[in-house]
Amino acid sequence: MKIAKSVARYIGDVIYALKTLLTGMKITGYYFFHPKEILTQQYPENRDTLKMFERFRGEVILIHDENNEHKCTGCSACEIACPNGTIEIINKREVDPETGKSTKAIDKFVYHLQMCTFCNLCIIACPTDAIKMSQDFEHAVFDRTQLTKVLNNPGSKLMPGIRE
Amino acid sequence: MKPVFLKFSLYDFSEWIKSIHQWLIELAGPTIGHLLGLALVGTCFLLFTALLGLSVVYIERKVCAFFQQRLGPMRVGPYGTAQTVADIIKLLFKEPTMTKESDKFLFMLAPFIIMIAPFMVLAAIPFAKGLHVMDLNIGLFFILAVSSIGVTGILLAGWSSNNKYSLIGAMRSGAQIVSYELSVALSLLTIVVLTGSLQLSEIVASQADGWWIFKGNFPAIVAFIVFTIASTAETNRGPFDMAEAESEITAGFHTEYSGIKFAFFFLAEYVNLFIVSAVAATVFFGGWMPLHIGNIEFFNNAMDLIPPIVWFFMKIAVIMFLVMWFKWTFPRLRIDQLLTLEWKYLLPISVVNLLLMSFIALKGWHF
Repeated sequence: MKIAKSVARYIGDVIYALKTLLTGMKITGYYFFHPKEILTQQYPENRDTLKMFERFRGEVILIHDENNEHKCTGCSACEIACPNGTIEIINKREVDPETGKSTKAIDKFVYHLQMCTFCNLCIIACPTDAIKMSQDFEHAVFDRTQLTKVLNNPGSKLMPGIRE
Repeated sequence: MKPVFLKFSLYDFSEWIKSIHQWLIELAGPTIGHLLGLALVGTCFLLFTALLGLSVVYIERKVCAFFQQRLGPMRVGPYGTAQTVADIIKLLFKEPTMTKESDKFLFMLAPFIIMIAPFMVLAAIPFAKGLHVMDLNIGLFFILAVSSIGVTGILLAGWSSNNKYSLIGAMRSGAQIVSYELSVALSLLTIVVLTGSLQLSEIVASQADGWWIFKGNFPAIVAFIVFTIASTAETNRGPFDMAEAESEITAGFHTEYSGIKFAFFFLAEYVNLFIVSAVAATVFFGGWMPLHIGNIEFFNNAMDLIPPIVWFFMKIAVIMFLVMWFKWTFPRLRIDQLLTLEWKYLLPISVVNLLLMSFIALKGWHF
């Protein structure tokens, strides 16, 4: 009885093993005969049509709208959140021409791309969602000074109603 | 006498080969003519293996890529076809390095021993009607015996490298090949029971009315599966590539080899793959014999239109594809799993299978 049982288990094992192996081969066989499943991107050739997925972290950018206005209040939360000092916020005092009050505004949003690890912490820290990660990944330059970027466009202003 | 090249026929090479032989003897006398003939055959095989290596490496890389949802080589030449040529040129220009305390003579010798085995086996394989270097009456036995010489080269390479990874790889390979040899031989014997001959030309001739995989009932299919698994292990190919498991022992027995000597190991692997597929095609799928079904005249005649050599290479291609398929699907086995598979599963199954086949042959139940 015991022997019969173990023989049955042996044969069962062999059949089960064959079944599972064939399952694996079915999957790879499906991939082989369906070239549409290929994931490889032919990069320099498809440069014009290449679209990176939304979650891809290329570099930090400051969002500007069509009036050249951004949402950065210069609170430096991103600068504090950055683990390796990639972001430097340089503020200036600005006198409002209507009320005559002096307010804080960003002079330069300096971003050192060469130090960035694309950890996304600055984007999480930003209270006004002024910055985001872009999908651009072609960062190669001939001189590393070019990697230090000023993110706010010249002459850009804070979007009204953000500070409140 | 007609000139040599006029006797060429794609369906029967024996006339052509005979006329070349005659021509050589007339040209240079019996002794030198015979030697010239041998040299000619040797050169043909050298060229053949070189071309085979080039094409099979490319095909394997492409097939592997498609199984893994990749494209494979695409840059060198159209669809990467010149990739292997570029690789060979790179290997030729590389420096042949050597470890300090290695056994220099054995280290140099090992790649040649590894290449000798597949070359000797190639001689016994019938490529087409009349295209057969030596038709030994113990052809299958010769193939089994000679193909295991290759392991000597692997052991020598591992031993002489003076590297622990090489030695571990070589020892694993030794254990593996000694074990799997049994299953290979037993699964081939299953068909020999039916043919009653070890001579390869007779094995091919016995399949003129149908291949053994169809005629031999269920045991022939089991024997083919066992043969495919065991011979893959014997050629050190994945998922049984314990001898060169990259993740554990860098590259196993050829860790210390570079340049053209490494290329020899690489080439030997692919020639072995070809040989294993060729033996499987000859024994189970009728060698160069076209697909014949019983005595259906018009079907058999239609199949005869395709030259035997094309049939042979088509069968080899299909079997190679099968071997590549499971190489690139399954993960590598551990050494204990590998030996368990052989001694606890493949060997008992092939022994029972042989018994079953003998019974069928005795009762005359095969077709």
